[in-house]
Amino acid sequence: MSEQEEKPKKNSRRKFLQELGIVGIGSVLGGSAILAGINYDKKKTASQRIRVLTAENELLEIEKSDTTKVAKTKYENLTYLQKQGRDGLAGKRFVMVIDLSKCRNARKCMAACNAAHHLRPEQHHINVLKMEETENTPAFYMPKPCQHCDNPPCVAVCPVDATFKRPDGIVLIDNERCIGCRFCIAACPYSARVFNWAEPLNAQADKDLTYNVELNVPQRKGTISKCLFSADRLREGKLPYCVGACPNGVYYFGDENEDAVTNGTTKETVRFKKLLEDNGGYTLMPELGTHPRVYYLPAKGKEYPFQDKDKPEALEHLRG
Amino acid sequence: MKDMLGQSTTDKITSDLLRPIRLTKGFMAWMGFLGVSLVVCLGAYAIQLKDGLVVTGLGDYVSWGMYISNFVFFVATSLIGMLISAVLGLSGAKWASPLARIAEIIALAFAAVAGLVIVSDMGHPERLLNVFIHGRIQSPILWDVTVVTIYVLISALFLYIPLIPDLKICHDKLDKLPPFARNIYKVLSLNWTGSHEQEKIVKQLTRAIAIFIIPVALAIHTVTSWLFASTSRVGWDSTIFGPYFVTGAFVAGSAAVIIAMYFYRENYKLKDYITDFHFDQMGKLLVLVSLVYLYFNLNEYMVPAYKMKRSDALHIHELFVGTHALLFWSVQILGLILPIILLLFKKIRRPLPMMIISIFVLLGAWFKRYIIVVPTQENPFLPIQNVPLNFKVYTPTLIEILITIAPFILALLIITILSKIIPIVSIHETIEELEAKNK
Repeated sequence: MSEQEEKPKKNSRRKFLQELGIVGIGSVLGGSAILAGINYDKKKTASQRIRVLTAENELLEIEKSDTTKVAKTKYENLTYLQKQGRDGLAGKRFVMVIDLSKCRNARKCMAACNAAHHLRPEQHHINVLKMEETENTPAFYMPKPCQHCDNPPCVAVCPVDATFKRPDGIVLIDNERCIGCRFCIAACPYSARVFNWAEPLNAQADKDLTYNVELNVPQRKGTISKCLFSADRLREGKLPYCVGACPNGVYYFGDENEDAVTNGTTKETVRFKKLLEDNGGYTLMPELGTHPRVYYLPAKGKEYPFQDKDKPEALEHLRG
Repeated sequence: MKDMLGQSTTDKITSDLLRPIRLTKGFMAWMGFLGVSLVVCLGAYAIQLKDGLVVTGLGDYVSWGMYISNFVFFVATSLIGMLISAVLGLSGAKWASPLARIAEIIALAFAAVAGLVIVSDMGHPERLLNVFIHGRIQSPILWDVTVVTIYVLISALFLYIPLIPDLKICHDKLDKLPPFARNIYKVLSLNWTGSHEQEKIVKQLTRAIAIFIIPVALAIHTVTSWLFASTSRVGWDSTIFGPYFVTGAFVAGSAAVIIAMYFYRENYKLKDYITDFHFDQMGKLLVLVSLVYLYFNLNEYMVPAYKMKRSDALHIHELFVGTHALLFWSVQILGLILPIILLLFKKIRRPLPMMIISIFVLLGAWFKRYIIVVPTQENPFLPIQNVPLNFKVYTPTLIEILITIAPFILALLIITILSKIIPIVSIHETIEELEAKNK
């Protein structure tokens, strides 16, 4: 084949490639232009403002992107509940004060809590213990909820961030994420956590309920459960289940930021720091560095005596 | 390959070490037994998946029981690969070379199965991926998953790289095998020709892995010990848990290797390769690691016993004279102290007595981990009240025991299969070392 014939062939190949290149680059540029245009359009609509009427009859104008659709489907509800469960209640730092001089082991707190959270009878979010620290010191009843520590060992060890500390001080558990490794139970020095070894008590009845992290209902087999400071009640501005159920005035609950706690029985609100100051308040095992948010007032001048029939159980822990 | 030993010697070594690689009646019977047992145990696990962990004896107070002790035991035993292949290998203890592959197989099998043991303890095993998607690196569990995975990968490499020359020998000499099997050997031998360059590469790579595997192996058991030491609990809140666990691991691993040595020697007729001298040396090694472990035991128990802090006092009481006393003292005496004393005598450092002693040591090692995990949880800081009796005293159930046995069967399956497809004593190294000796 002569060179003269080859050259036009080469040239036509080169030309073809050139044209292909131009078409290619052109379509890329054109396509990205169109895409940019669409995005620009989207952005323009995104910064649209809409008008909403609030429950207080105010007409507001807000960015459409700032609105959260309170959804109708179950899944969207779950996500919404999860998010509000992790965010907590802004500006609050919840604390509980337990007056040991008033407790007579009525256990109304335990009953109310178990009922609200659909727990089995042997599962305790709050447990009233019979305590005797030494052989000479007096025995007393001590309700023990989760301490909602500010340095929680349980949160530190969780591998999947299923248990978490909220800005309002409450430590919660997300049972949609918990893998059931029970490291948190091993880590908690207050034995505050329980595990759903079997199918939960109300599993069938609760089947269709949307899981609420702030109530931990429905309970889930194979996950952890514990005291939530009744986060669902707090969101409604009410006192926790145990606090409201106590007939003997044992529990005070409130906000450290407001320096105010309310008694669950008398409904009287007092200054939090003054209550601790006047009564010699303390926390459990402070040397462990957990910084609990539950404070105790000593069992001094007990209103009701410790029952003799409970003495052997109280001494068990002492003698081993 | 220039043959300095004489064809007959090389041939004898090769044929001796390749002879076990064939199907025998014994092998089929053993595999059948393991297979059936595994099916039974997996059935038990299916029940646990359906009904939840309530089928175990666990409760809200003793929430970690046999599964976790089993996990610790598996991680412990897997450290032996590092000790024999890496530490002894690097320090020039040539006597250990025939045992290196056995140690690596055990290490790989036990480390790989350890992960499954943990999954069997989870309340939601199907959510395992959450550990990777939502993992918190502040959690000791994440550290454990990371280092154990790395260790499994490195151990696999540590088994494979020195195996390459032997794979070539397998391809060449195992002419009775079907062609596809011989092809697999050929592919895996990566064109090994025995050239000077290739030898150098294998040696350097093996040395590099040996160096790297030491901190990784130390890490896996130290991090596992931190699953306990990161809590404030009695008996776990110890600053020396890391080295305590690591030294205990060497004891368990050495015993496992001795048992394996015995059975390979007997069943595979390897008396010329796993000799009485090897048993003597392993006996001395076992005494050494056991003495170090005894030292750590003394520290762990005598120091709290001296102070008798309240919760420590209850715990020590239970171990020394209380509900766990029988188990505690059996473990310490039959599993640690008596073996040390017996193995000081050369007459006892022979194959059969050592195998029997090693069984006691291994059993002792398993129950020692139980002693570490369970009694602590029966003595929390605050009293256990208002719960059923089975929450106060942990009693394992049959299903729990079966699920605990399953990983052993799996590990034995892996070890058996591996020793059937590769020579368990390195042919290449045996020939090499004999050549070096004759020079």
